[in-house]
Amino acid sequence: MLKAIVYVTLRESVLDPQGSAVKGALHSLGFDEVQEARIGKYMELSLGTSDREQAKERVTEMCEKLLANTVIEDYRYEIVEV
Amino acid sequence: MRAAVIVFPGSNADVDMFNAVEDIMEAPVDYVWHSETDLSAYDVILLPGGFSYGDYLRCGAVARFSPVMEQVVKAAEAGKLVMGVCNGFQILLEAGLLPGAMLRNTSLKYRCKISPLRVVNADTPFTRDYAADEIIDIPIAHGEGNYYCDETTLATLQANNQIVFRYEGENPNGSVDNIAGICNERGNVLGMMPHPERAVHTWMTSADGKRVFTSILKTWREQNSATAHA
Repeated sequence: MLKAIVYVTLRESVLDPQGSAVKGALHSLGFDEVQEARIGKYMELSLGTSDREQAKERVTEMCEKLLANTVIEDYRYEIVEV
Repeated sequence: MRAAVIVFPGSNADVDMFNAVEDIMEAPVDYVWHSETDLSAYDVILLPGGFSYGDYLRCGAVARFSPVMEQVVKAAEAGKLVMGVCNGFQILLEAGLLPGAMLRNTSLKYRCKISPLRVVNADTPFTRDYAADEIIDIPIAHGEGNYYCDETTLATLQANNQIVFRYEGENPNGSVDNIAGICNERGNVLGMMPHPERAVHTWMTSADGKRVFTSILKTWREQNSATAHA
């Protein structure tokens, strides 16, 4: 069986207000080395298939259709054995 | 004229929208559940505010796949008037009926207050009873109203006069070009974050939203009599 691990983050060109707030908080705690913080989403999808190629194709479609809004977000994923 | 107020699980401004139509347009109006697959009886389709599907994943992302949305797209393509307010605007963006997307307010705060707006385009079916550049007071209530689009899209919106409302004075959410509301190129689909349906009587603090509804009615009457005489 396969599992897809999907990461969705705001595109580089889009200002991330949550990331900016977290960066500010880290700075105020003394973690001055933090140059940028980006907040995103992490999703785990258990797939009822063992066909890797098919899984990739389907997960790409899921990301494009629903999981990410490509106007503002980028996505990437890993397919892992479980 | 018959209006539909689409109700999704989690809509909460549907009653306000329904009452505004009844009070101002004095037209028949129905609540239409998101599972409905026929909107042929309706001339005007209204998507109210709220938190459809709990705003899970992204605001409007799940609602846009409701069965009724296919019909909303068809109605928009047929030239019927479609207006989405707040969460309704977010759903129209996710559905691709309007360009762009919503981000969290730059303040990260949920803003709930009266917001002055400038009527940028008073030549749409939704704003014809306003004067161009008129400043009106309309309430806002949102945490994700930070409208975003890329520069090319923004240039297109500006060139086609698709920016219908801009925030005047303080921009409450950080939206691109102070955008509060936009329409599609054809002008029959409007999305706006502020709530005109919550400003239709003086006891509501402002009655400035009333003319959105009178504009819609006037447009419909005109289109209808044109058809009758054709």
